[in-house]
Amino acid sequence: MSIRSVGKIYDPEGVHVVALKDCSLEIAAGEFVAIVGPSGCGKSTLLNTIAGFDGLTSGEILLDGEPLATVDKDPSPGPDRVVVFQHGALFPWKTVLENVTYGPVVQGAMTEEEANTRAREMLSRVGLNDIETAYPGQLSSGMQRRVEIIRALINNPKVLLLDEPFRAMDTVTKSASHQYLLELYDATGKTIFFITHDLEEAIFLADKVLVMTTRPGYIKKTLQVNLPRPRQYSMLASEEFLAMKAQLVEAVHEEAVKAFEAGEREMA
Amino acid sequence: MNPYIVLGLLLMAALAVGAWQQKKKALLYEISWGHQIRKTLTSKSFLLQLGGFVAFILTWEVTVKTLGLPWFNRLPGPWECLLEWLSPDPAYGISIYTEDYYTHILYSTYRATTAFVLATLLGVPMGLLMGWSRKFYDYSYPLVELIRPIPPLAWVPLAILILPGDEPAVIFVTFLVAFFVTALNTLLGVESIDESYFRAARCLGADKRRLLFDVVLPGAMPFIFTGLQISMGAAWFSLVAGEMIAAQYGLGFLIWDSYSLIQYPVIVIGMATLGVIGWISSAAVRSVGRKLMAWRERELFGA
Repeated sequence: MSIRSVGKIYDPEGVHVVALKDCSLEIAAGEFVAIVGPSGCGKSTLLNTIAGFDGLTSGEILLDGEPLATVDKDPSPGPDRVVVFQHGALFPWKTVLENVTYGPVVQGAMTEEEANTRAREMLSRVGLNDIETAYPGQLSSGMQRRVEIIRALINNPKVLLLDEPFRAMDTVTKSASHQYLLELYDATGKTIFFITHDLEEAIFLADKVLVMTTRPGYIKKTLQVNLPRPRQYSMLASEEFLAMKAQLVEAVHEEAVKAFEAGEREMA
Repeated sequence: MNPYIVLGLLLMAALAVGAWQQKKKALLYEISWGHQIRKTLTSKSFLLQLGGFVAFILTWEVTVKTLGLPWFNRLPGPWECLLEWLSPDPAYGISIYTEDYYTHILYSTYRATTAFVLATLLGVPMGLLMGWSRKFYDYSYPLVELIRPIPPLAWVPLAILILPGDEPAVIFVTFLVAFFVTALNTLLGVESIDESYFRAARCLGADKRRLLFDVVLPGAMPFIFTGLQISMGAAWFSLVAGEMIAAQYGLGFLIWDSYSLIQYPVIVIGMATLGVIGWISSAAVRSVGRKLMAWRERELFGA
């Protein structure tokens, strides 16, 4: 996937907000890319333009060489780029199984029975075999997120877009979630675009960590993570890991300070 | 049959219903039935509920009969009304043994139900459409907001002029109130749906029509049912008002007619009947809602 000098200007009621400016990045097939940056820096805007929820005002986004979004092309979301949302968006009125099979059935890609079989298979792979008739409200947040990722993966998307999916979790749930996401990634080899503000999480999960600037957002720094896969928790304490974290801390801190000062100016 | 025997039978029936509900609860908590009944009968909340009833009846009896306070002394006492209601040979012609009593109930129930069903069939789609299409919202909302505050009774003369006869007119004013309540609650329900459900559904390949059935309708359901409960109540109150003005049968007519004929206990019988029917109809709407929204029930109370 190529993102080429993408710009996004919001103009609600005359307030000119440049969310993205000349934002470019390349994601290879099967690559796990994490984007970090201060809150409000445009990470989610970038994700929304890739997902097709928002249009862009300059540049273009290509997926497998095909234009996905350009200035003239109205954005449209699709099952080739499924999003997993920050606060979770499993349909609370559908059971786990109905949620997971929703995509393939609604697209007409599978019959209901095929989808059910496939869904059961995938759910049991992440240890969720007994909950298919449960409603999302009955599950823990960790289980909900697992189901949501399965709901995305069953569509066999070209890229999985994760918008701070583990943000609201406690440490234990979070590290368990990292574990199964990594397992799924190693098993499926999907391209993953992962937004977070947790630097350790970004390094631990990704092949490449991109630091985004505060508004107007573009990619300021690219960090290649050379830790071997499968990733182990012991790596979190390795010198290599800590050195990378130090680099990121510095880069992000600069942006955070800028964002804070910009905020102060806006207030004044 | 002697009214005292009937009273006894009614009380026993009430106890049986109460016990049956306690049995369901006992099953839920996995304790014995007898224990659950004892627990409920001695619970603070039950005693307070009972206390409320007793205090109400006592105040009524004392102010109206014992003290006979000015203004109150023309009213019938609770005992007098109860005996009249249960009497096989009622002094004013209305009791649980008379056919007329049930004719009035049937007429009112028929009108309220018709109006409620019509209001639901038209109000829910109206609300969904308003929440669904920005254009339709702009087109209709100001008009709705302008017409809605007009009290139902103000519509009666026009309704009688437009519609053939009193019967459709009474149903129309009843319908109107219920319709607005349902439509606006449905609209509110659609607006309450989190944007990410729409986005998720679109990601997964849903088109506009699927969004309507898979996200908008189920997402708005909790608000729709709150609306339907209010609409049921609203239907009853505007119905009774309508019946007082333009009807030959029905509980509203009965109450007003009894006032004109100085048959005061019948007024109370009519009012109490309305209370019971209103309560039953709300409970019915609630239980349908619970069945349709199993997901919510389980979310709120666990599996």
